[in-house]
Amino acid sequence: MDVGHLAPEIALVLGAVAVVLVASFTRRERQWITTPLAAVAVVASGGISIGLARGADQQLSFDRAWALDGATQGAELIIAGATLVCLLLSAEWFRTDPRRGEYPAVLLFSAAGAMVLAGAADTMEVVVGMLLVSVTGYTLAAYHRASPAAVEAGMRYFLIGALTNAVLLVGVVILYGSTGTTNLDDTASALAAGADPVAIVAVVVCLVVGLGFEIGAVPSHVWVPDVAQAAPAPSAAFLTVVPKVGALVALARVLQVLPEDAVAWRPIIALLAAVTMTVGNLLALWQDDLRRMLGWSSVSQAGYALMAVVVIDRADMALPSLIVFLAAYAAATTAAFAVVTELRGRTALADYRGLGATHPWLAVALVVSLLSLVGIPPLGGFVGKLTLFTATIDGGYGWLAALAVANTVASLFYYLRVVAPMAFDTSPRPAAVLGRWAGGAVAFAAFATVLLGLLAGPLLTALDSAVLLP
Amino acid sequence: MLTAAVLVPALAAVALVLGRTWSEAVTRVVAVVASAVPLVLLVGTWIRFDTGGSQPFQLVEETDWIPTLGVGWRLGVDGISLALALLSALIFVVAVAYPVDLRGRHRQYRAWFLFLEAVSLGVFLSIDLLLFYVFFDLSLVGMYFLIGRWGHGEARAAALKFFLYTLAGSLVMLLGFLALYLQTDPLTFDMRVLIAEQPLAGRGATAGLALLAILVGLAVKTPLVPVHTWLPPAHVNAPGPASALLAGVLLKMGTFGMIRIPLSMMRDTFETYAPVLVGFALLSIIYGALVALGQTDLKRRIAYSSVNHMGYAVLGIAVAGSLGSGEEAGRRLALTGATVEMVAHGLITGALFLVAGSFWTRTQDYDMDHYGGLAGTAPRLTGAATLAAFASLGLPGLAGFVAELQIFVGTFSVYPWVAAAALVGVLITAALFLQMVQKLFFGDLPTRLRDFADLGHREALALVPLLVLVVVIGVWPTWLLDLLTPTSEAIVSAFGVR
Repeated sequence: MDVGHLAPEIALVLGAVAVVLVASFTRRERQWITTPLAAVAVVASGGISIGLARGADQQLSFDRAWALDGATQGAELIIAGATLVCLLLSAEWFRTDPRRGEYPAVLLFSAAGAMVLAGAADTMEVVVGMLLVSVTGYTLAAYHRASPAAVEAGMRYFLIGALTNAVLLVGVVILYGSTGTTNLDDTASALAAGADPVAIVAVVVCLVVGLGFEIGAVPSHVWVPDVAQAAPAPSAAFLTVVPKVGALVALARVLQVLPEDAVAWRPIIALLAAVTMTVGNLLALWQDDLRRMLGWSSVSQAGYALMAVVVIDRADMALPSLIVFLAAYAAATTAAFAVVTELRGRTALADYRGLGATHPWLAVALVVSLLSLVGIPPLGGFVGKLTLFTATIDGGYGWLAALAVANTVASLFYYLRVVAPMAFDTSPRPAAVLGRWAGGAVAFAAFATVLLGLLAGPLLTALDSAVLLP
Repeated sequence: MLTAAVLVPALAAVALVLGRTWSEAVTRVVAVVASAVPLVLLVGTWIRFDTGGSQPFQLVEETDWIPTLGVGWRLGVDGISLALALLSALIFVVAVAYPVDLRGRHRQYRAWFLFLEAVSLGVFLSIDLLLFYVFFDLSLVGMYFLIGRWGHGEARAAALKFFLYTLAGSLVMLLGFLALYLQTDPLTFDMRVLIAEQPLAGRGATAGLALLAILVGLAVKTPLVPVHTWLPPAHVNAPGPASALLAGVLLKMGTFGMIRIPLSMMRDTFETYAPVLVGFALLSIIYGALVALGQTDLKRRIAYSSVNHMGYAVLGIAVAGSLGSGEEAGRRLALTGATVEMVAHGLITGALFLVAGSFWTRTQDYDMDHYGGLAGTAPRLTGAATLAAFASLGLPGLAGFVAELQIFVGTFSVYPWVAAAALVGVLITAALFLQMVQKLFFGDLPTRLRDFADLGHREALALVPLLVLVVVIGVWPTWLLDLLTPTSEAIVSAFGVR
């Protein structure tokens, strides 16, 4: 047991505590200080995660409740990066908000929750992580108390979250009931000795519904477009990305201990992936609101990511593809929301006409992010999809890859609905922008999107030895 | 040298995007010079290229990109890819130099052209399957913006349709690539390994599906009937030089891919399904010609004639992969003919679309019924257009004839009835091009065309190299055949080896 193994998470929590203290004892005009403070904590968290260098000795720690492996580390880095972008975005967005000082603290707690989800090797810990990321998420979504739309989105997020968290807990309890342990490693050996298929089916359903909530997967996805559209833009960026990363790793980790001979969970997840990507895409097609469209697109992207979960432990590329895809998704989605934020939250598609002429760099960033979500090479999203498809075909789910291709083609249609007016029309007047911090966030996320594609070689080499414990 | 041929235009494109203060004249010079660099480099490659060499791919340049996946930056040439790369580089120089209404965005327009040049050369030069795919996909992005921003009429819808269709095709193709790739051990996208290992040989239904996926993707790009419907709107609404690129370079990626991937890497399976492909090629030849004949719109007519001509190329490729090791001489002839057709079609149709672009800059009208009698007022334009039209209908002494003759002779030795049926297509194309020339240049001159300007110096200068090559290939094809034949010989004779 080594407290250092949790240092990335501890850094976030300490940062959050420091933010709360500073926010409580400083005057309102000085509260901007909490944002850089939180940024230091996030950077420290990511830096420590890299420093822990888990390639060599991936192990279970804390009485085998915490997985110190490549999957955890990958998720930690993605979460830290995405959280940093959201912090930069919040700096100017909340400038006039009287509660701006506390916002970074909530963000950090939520990010810590997502990291706990990713590293949990114990079902109770999954529940703890889920609760932490959800409860803070409700606050983030409804942070603008005065905006009825934001409050409603937060309300919806909360109601669905309360229900699905309860379902998750039921699943965890059934699993405990049938094995007598919450530890995943022990669960695996207990189930290998013999398991009741009915109970395992119930567990799979409860896990899918419960973790699917933060993944944004069908059937617990209905909050995603509302939150994407109506929550404060930095919160929307955060909530469509960070919880998804943690929850997907958690789902993969828990599912892989379930015996396949007792219940065919792979086809169930494959079906879920198929439905999720298709529903997300079809509903994104006709959105006239960019943020709502990004919300639906994030549902469909969750469906793609689930493809990696389907073949986890069966195809060599499954885990690397999950991490790379999530990294590329996080970079592209935060980049898109960053552009929205930098444009002071303008969200109607019509408002993006002629952006290419008035704000060429913002337009380029948005185009890069959307093309990456489509999977156009050599952007990060391409490498993500390439590895996903490879793993899926390798794992014997060719039909799922074919469906993903069909979905990708359909998705091009709505992504281009944003690109075309931006690049081909002329605008009557230039739009107002938010400021330098948000602009920096745009640049950071867009660069990351490009670099993830170009530097995929070293990235995949680093992930080559990554495992998903237990 | 090959790497530089890809990178120089790409970097120049970036420079154009960043060069905010550059005037129109400066960007034009920069773009023309940058687009000419690859041509010079490729001519140098040609000089160093050994046509009698034993290695299938020469002058290979390679470094790792994603080593865990077996993906590398691997460039190299054989006779066919070198010829197509040279052709592309030439058409790009011409298209960049060709005057067109830039609507005030000259830097972006030329930057997209250079970007497209870099990725097109990348397609022809890469000998890594994934790198090929990357460039293949990027060409869609470049063309999408060129059509959408500088096109006319229904430009945006045409650009969207183009992108959707070809992306759908290329993604399906990617699945086929992955099926092929997953059978290699160790995993690699290196084309040399894939050609040597024939990874899917003898894998029945899986191989058939992979072949289908790959061929669908390439057929969309080619375009083969019935997946050709994106082509006419894209051509009609694109600016003239972009149409020339689309016809001269981008369509070749489809047929080139057919030679490089299914024909070379999946011999067994290709042989099994070659008769089906022959059927689709024949359909494209006849249908393309008939529909072209029915068009009154100049650009649509040329566009549909491309469907017909690419049908010849596909026919040659399909014939080359038929019958296993039998009729080797005929099949070799068909493949060589197909590659010459690709070069010839690039030159001829490139020229025709540039001419069409000149019509648009003068009158904003493509309807052939609105023209007539221009032979007197615009003799140079008439000469250029007529020469290109005759070459396109396959007049002996011009490039098209050399290609079609070989394809037909080759096809005749394998499928005599198909050759006979395909000849109908040639008759129809003859009719449609003669009618086109007649409608545009002869008869009475409408009064509103009294001051129709002849070809300007820049236009003429750009057209000359294309047309000169059309004649040179027609009367003295040996230099081109010397480059192409050893490669097609190697590909066809590999069929006998089991």
